[in-house]
Amino acid sequence: MSIHRKIVMLLILLLMAGCSPVTSDESGDSSAPAVYIENKGSDTMVNLALAWAEAYQQAHPEVQVSVTGGGSGTGIAALLNGTVSIANASRAIKAEEVDTAKASGVEPVEFVVARDAIAVIVNPQNPINQLTLQQISDIYSGKINNWSELGGEDRPIVRLSRETNSGTHVYFLETVLRLGDKKSKILFSMDTLLLPSSEGITAEVRDNPNAIGYDGLGYIIPEVKMLAVAKTGDGSFVLPSVASVNDGTYPVSRDLYMYTDGQPEGGLKQYLDWIVGLQAQDIVTKLGFVPVAAQ
Amino acid sequence: MKEQTPLSERIITRSIQVAGYSSIVFVLLILSFLIREGAPAFFEVPLKELTAIRWYPIENYFGILPLILGSLIVTIGAALIAIPAGVGTAIFISEVAPQWLKEILKPLVEVLAGFPSVMLGFLGILIVSPSLRKLLELPTGLTALTGALLLAGIAIPTIVSISEDAMNTVPRSYREAGWAVGATRWQTIWGVTLPAARSGVLMAIILGVGRSIGETMTVMMVTGNAPVLPLKWNSLFSPVRTMTATIASEMGEVATGSTHYHVLFLIGIILFLISLAVNITASAIVLRHPKRAERILS
Repeated sequence: MSIHRKIVMLLILLLMAGCSPVTSDESGDSSAPAVYIENKGSDTMVNLALAWAEAYQQAHPEVQVSVTGGGSGTGIAALLNGTVSIANASRAIKAEEVDTAKASGVEPVEFVVARDAIAVIVNPQNPINQLTLQQISDIYSGKINNWSELGGEDRPIVRLSRETNSGTHVYFLETVLRLGDKKSKILFSMDTLLLPSSEGITAEVRDNPNAIGYDGLGYIIPEVKMLAVAKTGDGSFVLPSVASVNDGTYPVSRDLYMYTDGQPEGGLKQYLDWIVGLQAQDIVTKLGFVPVAAQ
Repeated sequence: MKEQTPLSERIITRSIQVAGYSSIVFVLLILSFLIREGAPAFFEVPLKELTAIRWYPIENYFGILPLILGSLIVTIGAALIAIPAGVGTAIFISEVAPQWLKEILKPLVEVLAGFPSVMLGFLGILIVSPSLRKLLELPTGLTALTGALLLAGIAIPTIVSISEDAMNTVPRSYREAGWAVGATRWQTIWGVTLPAARSGVLMAIILGVGRSIGETMTVMMVTGNAPVLPLKWNSLFSPVRTMTATIASEMGEVATGSTHYHVLFLIGIILFLISLAVNITASAIVLRHPKRAERILS
């Protein structure tokens, strides 16, 4: 019988697939936008880029910005092919990509538009206040299984992570678990809990004194405790904050970039200027990213 | 010569026929779609890797064994809780409870059946999981048991409602016959009413359990989604990852046509086969020839 229910669901889906959405550009031919900006790349930045595009289009109806994801590499490739005006990337452009660009006559210009910090969080009852990157890596790879091994209470460690489709998951894997070593094959311990949302992670860390989790700085609630993180054992431990991200002392943070072909002009330049301005950087904060210092 | 039936009646008959056959067509369409999208997985991933114990698709680890066993342990756990509780409640409502209580309980159970599963997931995260962790002193409350408890909560209303209906259709004369030969109320329920309503009760159980194996939202929220092979004695008290939760959380981001995409459809095929097997077993039990004694009784 449950098969029957599934069939009904499928039918409804089929019917819905038949309805094509009415796109705004079809309806508004008379006031065709004067400037059309195509924006593609990093999935981490899609929400941010969309929020910017929406806010900007409200203030400037003559400009139309379209945003798509696909990943940083896809965005940069599209810029090199000349199909987009702005590439979003959550990593800096690679040397090989710059070479390819030069070969095809494209000159990528880099803009740091926001920053992203990942905070490592535990329950406030947990006496641990600071960890090195190596220790966090050992926890998540399954080498350390009890808080007492780190000088805490005798409690099992419950590892929380975002789902594998999350950009944050991949970033955490590369930067923390593998300590930035591209050749490293370290994986998350198999019993790492993969939670579907940031809220799931903060809820479990808030309730469970055994848990350790990580999340974007903007998602952290006051009921959980952020850990100070040191890059190496003899280095200093730094708490994540807008200030420590901007001066580069907090190790688990990255810049978010936009790339254009050559110095931008006209409407494109106005848009990029607006993005590093106060109003757009306010949106950055609201979405849980760290605004760039210049404001 | 055949008698001429009115046109309207012939139209109605035809449309009912079409509706009936279309369900077969749709099942076949779904199956062929699943196979078309899922079968390439067999060519892209060696069987040895598919049956490995590690599921980490972004680094090309496609071991689906933990997911299958994860789904099974949660569903079996839910069935073990839901069947006795559900059938017991149905017996109470149908055979034991006084009329006025029956009239309150039955609609209440039916309201429960319509409870959205995402709300159940919320209850699970906020209440069931923390209480289980404190009560059983577990490292985390996001476990297979939490999922099983909540899925039982989904299955129980279905089981109660349908098996209560089935028991209601057992004629009163059966029970009176039981009492007449000196059987107690319990003996009559166990020996007469329940066997007489057997096929309905079985159907209720299959529907209830079938609903829980396909349930996605609740298990995704409360089982922790860690793809661990649940083979240890305490696996029920550890996090697991189910097939449905895997499809739900990964399908949205996967590139169409990639290996990962094909493997997710393969998981869909496995889910389909499991629910097909459950349904075939159910119809086999319900439709099998009644025993001689039952034929005489009915």
